[in-house]
Amino acid sequence: MIHFVLLISRQGKVRLTKWYSPYSQKERTKVIRELGGVILSRGPKLCNFVDWRGFKVVYKRYASLYFCMCIDQDDNELEVLEIIHHFVEILDRYFGSVCELDLIFNFHKAYYILDELLLAGELQESSKKTVARLIAAQDSLVETAKEQASSISNIIAQATK
Amino acid sequence: MAMHGMRGLSVFISEIRNCQNKEQERLRVDKELGNVRNRFKNEKVLTPYDKKKYVWKMLYIYMLGYDVDFGHMEAVSLISAPKYPEKQVGYIATSCLLNENHDFLRLAINTVRNDIIGRNETFQCLALTMVGNIGGRDFAESLAPDVQKLLLSSSCRPLVRKKAALCLLRLYRKNPDIVNVDGWADRMSQLLDERDLGVLTSSMSLLVALVSNNHEAYWSCLPKCVKTLERLARNQDIPQEYTYYGIPSPWLQVKTMRALQYFPTIEDPHTRRTLFEVLQRILMGTDVVKNVNKNNASHAVLFEALALVMHLDAEKEMMSQCVALLGKFIAVREPNIRYLGLENMTRMLMVTDVQEIIKRHQAQIITSLKDPDVSIRRRALDLLYGMCDVTNAKDIVEELLQYLSSADFTMREELSLKAAILAEKFAPDLSWYVDVILQLIDKAGDFISDDIWFRVVQFVTNNDDLQPYAAAKVKEYLDKSAVHETMVKVSAYILGEYSHLLARRPGCSPKEIFNLLHEKLPTVSTTTIPILLSAYAKILMHTQPPDQELQSQIWAIFNKYESCIDAEIQQRAVEYLALCQKGAALMDILAEMPKFPERKSSLIKRAEYSEADTAEQSAIKLRAQQQTSNALVVTDQHSANGATSPVPVGQLSLVKVPSMITTENDTSSDHTLSQQNGALSNVDPQPPSADLLSDILGPLAIEGPPDATVQSENNAASGLEGGSDAIDGSAIVPVEEQTNTVQPIGNIAERFHALCLKDSGVLYEDPYIQVGIKAEWRGHHGRLVLFLGNKNTAPLVSVQAIILPPAHLKMELSLVPDTIPPRAQVQCPLEVVNLRPSRDVAVLDFSYKFGTNMVNVKLRLPAVLNKFLQPIQVSAEEFFPQWRSFSGPPLKLQEVIRGIRPMPLPEMANLLNSFRIMICPGLDPNPNNLVASTTFYSDSKPAMLCLVRIETDPADRTQLRMTLASGDPTLTFELKEFIKEQLISIPTAPRAPAPAAAPPAAQPTPQIPPNDPAAILAGLLS
Repeated sequence: MIHFVLLISRQGKVRLTKWYSPYSQKERTKVIRELGGVILSRGPKLCNFVDWRGFKVVYKRYASLYFCMCIDQDDNELEVLEIIHHFVEILDRYFGSVCELDLIFNFHKAYYILDELLLAGELQESSKKTVARLIAAQDSLVETAKEQASSISNIIAQATK
Repeated sequence: MAMHGMRGLSVFISEIRNCQNKEQERLRVDKELGNVRNRFKNEKVLTPYDKKKYVWKMLYIYMLGYDVDFGHMEAVSLISAPKYPEKQVGYIATSCLLNENHDFLRLAINTVRNDIIGRNETFQCLALTMVGNIGGRDFAESLAPDVQKLLLSSSCRPLVRKKAALCLLRLYRKNPDIVNVDGWADRMSQLLDERDLGVLTSSMSLLVALVSNNHEAYWSCLPKCVKTLERLARNQDIPQEYTYYGIPSPWLQVKTMRALQYFPTIEDPHTRRTLFEVLQRILMGTDVVKNVNKNNASHAVLFEALALVMHLDAEKEMMSQCVALLGKFIAVREPNIRYLGLENMTRMLMVTDVQEIIKRHQAQIITSLKDPDVSIRRRALDLLYGMCDVTNAKDIVEELLQYLSSADFTMREELSLKAAILAEKFAPDLSWYVDVILQLIDKAGDFISDDIWFRVVQFVTNNDDLQPYAAAKVKEYLDKSAVHETMVKVSAYILGEYSHLLARRPGCSPKEIFNLLHEKLPTVSTTTIPILLSAYAKILMHTQPPDQELQSQIWAIFNKYESCIDAEIQQRAVEYLALCQKGAALMDILAEMPKFPERKSSLIKRAEYSEADTAEQSAIKLRAQQQTSNALVVTDQHSANGATSPVPVGQLSLVKVPSMITTENDTSSDHTLSQQNGALSNVDPQPPSADLLSDILGPLAIEGPPDATVQSENNAASGLEGGSDAIDGSAIVPVEEQTNTVQPIGNIAERFHALCLKDSGVLYEDPYIQVGIKAEWRGHHGRLVLFLGNKNTAPLVSVQAIILPPAHLKMELSLVPDTIPPRAQVQCPLEVVNLRPSRDVAVLDFSYKFGTNMVNVKLRLPAVLNKFLQPIQVSAEEFFPQWRSFSGPPLKLQEVIRGIRPMPLPEMANLLNSFRIMICPGLDPNPNNLVASTTFYSDSKPAMLCLVRIETDPADRTQLRMTLASGDPTLTFELKEFIKEQLISIPTAPRAPAPAAAPPAAQPTPQIPPNDPAAILAGLLS
């Protein structure tokens, strides 16, 4: 299973974290610091896997961002590597050629998308189309609620005039 | 796409990004936290929008790595908001900020439950997601039945059900009791019929977790898994959106194969066959492509298939295919594949009989130890550690030692521990072991734990022969300028005990040894000084005749430390000083240390413990635990042997002690035989037992192969299946002519005979193709790989290879591709199992088309009788009783053979040895006679001892008398005939044309079916 997902920039800034195994606040900070050190220092053209405290971290760099997922020793590394890519493709489709800034200013969106992709540290949906459809449905739910809210406040505003 | 921004949040993020340094950022964050805290205090006046905004800000700050110790309540309270946007934020923020152990979560259980059992699908999704991500035991107990209901409900849409499956998985991990096994297994099985691939993927993950704990309950799921896999692998009925770079959901394929790995076997033959077909397809059909993602995805599936094949390890042919694949992988440029190749080879080692094949890749693996990528170096180290045994321990440990000097610090401790363990487990002799440990201490002293040097001391103490050697060796190290403290410790101990054994050597007088040790004293820490003091005391005791000067010098040191602040040092000094005054009693107390009781190495225990420590419920590890390590047992005995080998002191590094364990494939030549004349330690302890006699009672026709009828039937059948026109007697003439237009390069018969003696070489070659062969023989098993190499720049098409096996061999040839691309080589593994003794030869009917040329050849395969022999040396005490027990025909046959090609006796001995029939010198008093022995392996019986006696006539070298004996009449007959054939026609000599030298088509063979291998063979002899 995937124990956590970590997005860090080349400067070591965290852009997203998601923990599927229980880590205390202290442990989380430590993991990020330690792993950041290990992964950012790895040169190009090396393999995408790192041994780490009895686990394995599968990572891949996209432009300035490192996507990391921590898995068990015996899990299938390439499968997870492609989950990362699958995630990136979905982000890309949603934001339209996604860049780090998109993920900074819309980090909550990244969380929504991740929640449609992974659950309990396992892959939930392997169809990009389905994920896109579900996210669009959520967005429209939020939009409708907003419109309703503004129309209600309009009504109230007019009624109290 | 709706991008509903939240302006306040964006502004805040921009401001953070504009901070020049960490300090500024902290100030800005603190300010914002204060602001949020204030707002939350007056929660009543907060609009839902504001609340949402502040929770997001909090989450952002939290993500930046700042402690956010408030506001959790606000996040949790949003969960119970009636509207979707707030609820959504509440769920997501809660699952990010809190973990399962948080008290606040309990507060939310009721709300969450209401969302789950409520009718609102979107709320159900939100709730399931949060529980699936951070649900703990409390959630498991109160929500599991509701989640199960959703998963099984026919009215729920897939988007809810797939979340319910994974949510249930989470809850199951927290509390396995929530899934009631009795009723659940059937439902689980029904879930696998799911049409929606999203739900199926999630359900498969659930199944993996369930079967990993208890496969018994889920047998009914097995055929469905195979069916699912088949459907995916064949891309049947898979919606476009569920293919990933053209591959039908690689993730679901991997998961399904994962689930299958938890079932110990697959009994249903149909299911098994289907599965193997699918696996074969994956193994053979995965090509390297340019697109990285497609490549990764297909290899993810391939590696999982490899793991599954390993798990089902019965299929030998596939296993060798797997090793071949892995061997290819570890040499590719793509680092991921290299890494995984090494990792999977290490896993493969757990499957019993692939070790020998993996060893062939040793050189490549050692190269990986120098890979620029530390991840790959680690895997290489693991693999080398795993594949090490007595035959390659020296090479591997030496490589590890070499690598130690340049290895990263993070790896050194592991590396030195592993080297120490291997040196101990597989030492061909103990002096080598001592050398290795001392080198380790010298090169990586900081990383050597006490266990390691304690162990070497233990070995030296227990082995008298080793003591002078070890003492001399540590002295050499002490002579160096910089010495690691651990080296001082081990040297002090060993020199204290045993330096007197060196006393006569130059530079080894007690005084000199003392000075050497004492020089180091100022450089060591307080833990080492007591060891030095003990050494001084012992050296002093051993000094004969007593040396007054040395005595006063050492006493002075004891005096000095009498008042040392360190209690241990002080005690030693006081005691030794007091003992010195005692005279004779000193001798008893300071006498040599007694031998240590034999015990298991703490190092090995440590290694095993650390392996067990991380044991997850993975199929591979479960299996590893079930497998008992037999390597350890063997080498324990072995080190006991090595210990007693008398080795001249001082020359050890130059003398190679003959290893007591000979490798299995050792068809050693005669000069080593004569040296080992008396050494009979490796005789098979199980000579054919008396109960074999019962076999003789069965009616057996000695003068011919007993199952000739079966054989011809069988061959007729196989011939029909693979029916190629060229075999048929009534073949159409033009085909025949075309066949002849391509001339083979080299003599096919000679190539065959050469391959009967060696294990690799070219079987056939013509201007278009080269067929190479590489074989490995082990007992009654053979593993051949055919290498079909296209020599041209155009593809070879319609490639066909059909094996026509004789009745005594079971042969399985893996899939041969129809086309061989230009300049490519295709490998086709071929498994051979020997059932009975027979001289019949398997034939490969091979054809291909190049341009308009149809080429068809029939090649004898070198799976001949002698390949199933293992040489064995028998002593006189064993030979004669055996020889007498085979009292006569049909077990013992004698024949006078004439027309022998004249050759000197040693040449004949060589010839027999090369056929793995081992000459036992000195057994026959007559120097003109040869006595030889071997063992024959077949599937039907245990290894059979065969004894041969050849009496030659020095006056007439063209004739001899041969007597052959074994426990099986057929074996006796066949082996006799086999040797006869070899003696009459020597393979290295140019072959005389066989009597029937006509092409097969021209030879009328009315009485035998034209497909009979005998007929084909007759043709081949030309």
